[in-house]
Amino acid sequence: MEFSGLFVYWIIVALMMSGLYIVIAQNNLVKKIVGLNVFQVSVFLLYITMGKVTGGTAPILADNITVYSNPLPHVLILTAIVVGVATTSLGLALVVRIHEAYGTIEDDEILEQDDDA
Amino acid sequence: MNLGELRFMRRKVILRVVSKFIIPFILLFGLYVQWHGDFGPGGGFQAGVIFASAIILYALIFGVEQTRKAIPAWVTRSGLSVGVLLYAGVGVATLLLGENFLNYNALANDPVNGQHLGILLVELGVGITVCCAMVTIFIAFAGRGHR
Amino acid sequence: MIVFTLLGFMCATVVGIIRIRDLFSVVMLTGMFSLLGAAIYVVMDAVDVAFTEAAVGAGVSTVLMLGTLALTSREEKTTGSSRAVSGGLIALVTGVILIYGTLDMPSYGDPQSPIHNHVVPRYINQSPNEVGLPNVVTSVLASYRGYDTLGETFVIFTAAIGVIAIIGRGRRRRKKPEDQTEADT
Repeated sequence: MEFSGLFVYWIIVALMMSGLYIVIAQNNLVKKIVGLNVFQVSVFLLYITMGKVTGGTAPILADNITVYSNPLPHVLILTAIVVGVATTSLGLALVVRIHEAYGTIEDDEILEQDDDA
Repeated sequence: MNLGELRFMRRKVILRVVSKFIIPFILLFGLYVQWHGDFGPGGGFQAGVIFASAIILYALIFGVEQTRKAIPAWVTRSGLSVGVLLYAGVGVATLLLGENFLNYNALANDPVNGQHLGILLVELGVGITVCCAMVTIFIAFAGRGHR
Repeated sequence: MIVFTLLGFMCATVVGIIRIRDLFSVVMLTGMFSLLGAAIYVVMDAVDVAFTEAAVGAGVSTVLMLGTLALTSREEKTTGSSRAVSGGLIALVTGVILIYGTLDMPSYGDPQSPIHNHVVPRYINQSPNEVGLPNVVTSVLASYRGYDTLGETFVIFTAAIGVIAIIGRGRRRRKKPEDQTEADT
């Protein structure tokens, strides 16, 4: 079994896990959302890599082209990107509200304030 | 400080002139992407975002109040639902014409023409919703804190 | 090779995102991360996706994050994170499991892999007759999988309604007295 064809996936998994690490380990809420974004883009990349066909071209039909890359992941990810930005903005709106209510966007300080109350 | 320090930005002559020059072309490109999406890369999602980004650029340079004068809140808020209703309405129309939900074959005499019409309408609905959603979200962020 | 170069750039960007404390730079790096992703999509023939990612990821979402920074704070507090070790451990274990999972996957670009032999041949071969559009992505998006797209449109609609509900109305409590003059200029 040769692993050279899987190397792309491994790099993408590494990117994905850095996103997960940011979400868990960073205290700042904006940075957590940035981490979610990183995770999200890596998942999109994983899907798109699976759709690639060697020697294929973009799935826009034309004469004298026979090999096309897989259009299905493109469709799924296309919609997911726009939904992703909509949900990200929802998260950012929550961050803004949290900042107005607590005066901070560091989650340990928010927890402290909750414990004091 | 408000988003992009709007008052500060309004004094930058180069930004004002260049963006005034560029914004019509961005809007035109958005329309091109919307209507040419069937034949090349593009479609409702992209066109909506590009169209919205032109409006966001305008709001960044000329301020939120100015943008609200050009595009009142009710326009974007109703556009938000008009797009979804257009999409779902095409589905209901196909139901009434005796086909499955969102099967566009019934929309015209010829199935292929029906598909063309259906896809055009559906993409228009997506474009309107996405554009209005992005503008609404941006103005919600930018309008916060300086009312 | 181009793919690996771009992925290398993306890894460098992520390291920057993790280490840098200035949130303005972090947001800019996120925009770069998205733009590099868009470049990779082009190399992998996903032109529609690249288009969307460049407009959305590098454009709109960066602007929204900057808007959030303007309303909150620009600096991350420099206190050390209490969860760095556990977070790293969880990420590491999950990553190893995922890499173990990729061992069964068909290699990159393999035309024989199952994903290319299920419904996709029908989309590519029959859509000129059934839908009649050259762009297969559009015909799958709007016609074959119209239900999906309807659902996604509803999600965007709902998210926008949510943002209006959370921050669309109302004032900040710390009202500045010079607001009135600012609006006049």
